[in-house]
Amino acid sequence: MSDSQILERTQRFLSFLRHCQVLGLSVEHADGSGLILRLPYSEKIVGNPETGGVHGGAITTLMDTTCGISTACALPELEVCPTLDLRIDYMHPAEPGHDIFGFAECYRVTPTVIFTRGVAYQHDINEPIAHVVGAFMRMGKAAGGLGKEGVA
Amino acid sequence: MSGLNLNELVHEAHASNDYDSLIRLVPYARLIGIECLRLGDEMVFRLPQNEDNIGNPMLPAIHGGVIAGFMEHAAMLHLLMFMGAPHLPKIIDFSIDYLRAGHYRDTFAACQVWRQGRRVANVAITAWQTHQAEPIATARCHFKIDEP
Repeated sequence: MSDSQILERTQRFLSFLRHCQVLGLSVEHADGSGLILRLPYSEKIVGNPETGGVHGGAITTLMDTTCGISTACALPELEVCPTLDLRIDYMHPAEPGHDIFGFAECYRVTPTVIFTRGVAYQHDINEPIAHVVGAFMRMGKAAGGLGKEGVA
Repeated sequence: MSGLNLNELVHEAHASNDYDSLIRLVPYARLIGIECLRLGDEMVFRLPQNEDNIGNPMLPAIHGGVIAGFMEHAAMLHLLMFMGAPHLPKIIDFSIDYLRAGHYRDTFAACQVWRQGRRVANVAITAWQTHQAEPIATARCHFKIDEP
């Protein structure tokens, strides 16, 4: 599968997820080796009114989505993969007023489970805000709208 | 929030049994629509059914990130209500296991503080929809807390 097909597939996947539209998530980069999504800074996702820092919940949503859709970079056909578990370790707080990026890659694909890992960062991927690992279940080929390439 | 006395807000919320002012403090909690109920000495948190929280449109199901955000915020509010801290606790790590799909309906969460040290607290959170004994997710997290 070409990188442009992967990009199209991840963009379509993301467009189906209503809460991700509410947060304004967009695909920054996608290829066979991984996925980067962007979470734009906004007042509505602030978790600490003392500092203006983004709530962990918005970062978890970014990373759950990035890890989940990164499965589409590694699989030959699109599958819906629900999250089994997710762990986030916060390295330092996000700087208020700046967008947050999520990067994720699949580092092991088995017939039942996909293991993903990634980071959340702002200016430099080598200075992450958070490290993430997540495991996803394989449910077989996607049913309905998500599975039809080229739709939507 | 400088000039705002968190302790006082918590005290007033307990006294009036109205936790709206505490919830309104945090924009993200308003975005996803968290509510807070006191049952005797127990706190139960509620995330009302909300279209904007949907992830998978086919089931439909609540986005896993929203369930996690709800549980993380429940844990933080729980700590705030029971420890008298001058600042909001800061998240160190968060780990969640998804056990069942979070369907498009109300979700509840309750917390258990397993350990509150001088600098770090460990909190476990359970989230459910139909029966508390059939959780949709369990989570645990550490917070950095200020010494009161």
